[in-house]
Amino acid sequence: MIIRRLLQIALTLAILSFCAFALIALMPGDPIEVAIAGDPRLTAEDAAHLRALHGLDRPFTERYLAWASGLLRGEFGYSRLFAQPVASLLRPALLSTLALAGSALAIALVAGVALGALAASRPRAAPLVDAIAVLGQAMPTFWLGILLIIAFAVTLGWLPAGGSADHGLGLTYLILPVTTLAIANLAAYARHSAASLEATLAEPWIRTARARGATERGVLWRHAFPNAALPILQIAALDAGALAGGALVTETVFARPGMGKLLYDAVMGNDTNLALIALLLVALVTMLATLGADLAQRALDPRLRER
Amino acid sequence: MKRLAFGLALLAVLAIAALAAPFVAAALGHDPFAPDLFARFEPPSATHPLGTDDLGRDILLRLLYGARVSLAVGLAAALAATVIGTAAGLFAAWRGGVADALVMRLADFMLALPALPLLVLLAAADPSRIGLPARGEAAGDVLRIVVILALFGWIGVARLARAAALATLSRDHVRAARALGATEARILRRHVLPALLPPVAVATALSVAGAILAESTLSFLGLGISPPAPSWGNMLANAQELVFSAPWAAVWPGLAIMTTVAGCSLVADGLRRR
Repeated sequence: MIIRRLLQIALTLAILSFCAFALIALMPGDPIEVAIAGDPRLTAEDAAHLRALHGLDRPFTERYLAWASGLLRGEFGYSRLFAQPVASLLRPALLSTLALAGSALAIALVAGVALGALAASRPRAAPLVDAIAVLGQAMPTFWLGILLIIAFAVTLGWLPAGGSADHGLGLTYLILPVTTLAIANLAAYARHSAASLEATLAEPWIRTARARGATERGVLWRHAFPNAALPILQIAALDAGALAGGALVTETVFARPGMGKLLYDAVMGNDTNLALIALLLVALVTMLATLGADLAQRALDPRLRER
Repeated sequence: MKRLAFGLALLAVLAIAALAAPFVAAALGHDPFAPDLFARFEPPSATHPLGTDDLGRDILLRLLYGARVSLAVGLAAALAATVIGTAAGLFAAWRGGVADALVMRLADFMLALPALPLLVLLAAADPSRIGLPARGEAAGDVLRIVVILALFGWIGVARLARAAALATLSRDHVRAARALGATEARILRRHVLPALLPPVAVATALSVAGAILAESTLSFLGLGISPPAPSWGNMLANAQELVFSAPWAAVWPGLAIMTTVAGCSLVADGLRRR
């Protein structure tokens, strides 16, 4: 199963790389046009010479194959925008995004399940949780980020409005982005765990547990939760992958140098090579996260293992 | 039922506000597009009910004109996604075999990819290279965003439509119609298509919500509707630069997006529970 999924991931990346390479050809300005704009003394012959030198006059498929085979040999090339090898940009950006998305996912899951449990166990709280879930899913992430910046950075001055620490973890820089991303994702978990817990609490064996004298809290967490957790985990598995890419907006709002921001800057700055490789890496992380979540689900639910 | 009515009421209020934009502009006597450098950062007052932005433009008017853009883009993208998705799902379920596998593999492929980074890359591509209007022109921008969002939006609709079509195609009344000699076109039109309506309606309501959120995100990132044309997303991009000088500018466009999206999802919920 794992081998088939890994092969699927490789195939998906191959198709994506070709489509994205073709798409990048449609982005405004190739590197030579940018060079011409930057240096008025460049003549038409110089430009043609440069094009030939960098192989930009070659047919599209030939350029793609040359680029893709280089990528497979681990030659990631240079970023024009940052004037650095792409490989050296990717590692810190990836770590930053994983820290952001990972902690946001963990917080969103815990808080979402807690809200769901509240709604399922206290019927009077249910409409409130429902309203939080509807509004949470409707709220644009970047708006929430701006509001948090206005509240905690501009008005109260407690936390930095964005950026990242020069050294170390930079926890103060993480608080607002993680809160933003966690709140944006918590609504779905609250909704699904409320629905799942409510359905489980209506099962006959819950009545049996109550009849045997289990406390309400024991019924909720010991009996209902383990069974209700599986559908919640399924939603989390779907989300885990989307989170890495979804962090793009949060990273842009808070000027956090993660994968999403790197990709966005590369796209905006016409740094085609960096944009392509960043996209492929984000896609790879997304699919690996989905695969990991699927495997975790399989490990927890024996019914899925046979298939 | 209460959800459906409440959601529809919210959307109706927003639609009326969007339609009324020119009348409000006439009543207030401002031009939402013309900068007025003598009226920058004015607090809310009788002439400017929500105040003015960094160029002295009336925020209420820009909000109302932005509603036209955001609602139009959301509706158009969702309708395009619904038409393409229903057709693809119906075709896949009806033909089965290789056609079905191809459509579903394409859907799986696109679902596996990170949507937002891809949207950003697509939105940054230069449409003038393939003979379309360049980025930055209002009408071209709207069309470009609608096409890009429909490109991603059809998948959810197609999966739901396919599942519903497969279930209907194996029902007795369809087999009876076939036995009576009905043509395939008639079976699809009279027996299968009506059965698709409930799930497709829910999917459409959800894709309106998704499209409006996606449009505002792209416009916020500077890749969607470009200024000076107002959209809720690009108003918020502007507001982020003004968090120190005019923090109130960030409140209204975000509230507008949230209300619209919440309205759509309430409608979807209401339709699903019927």
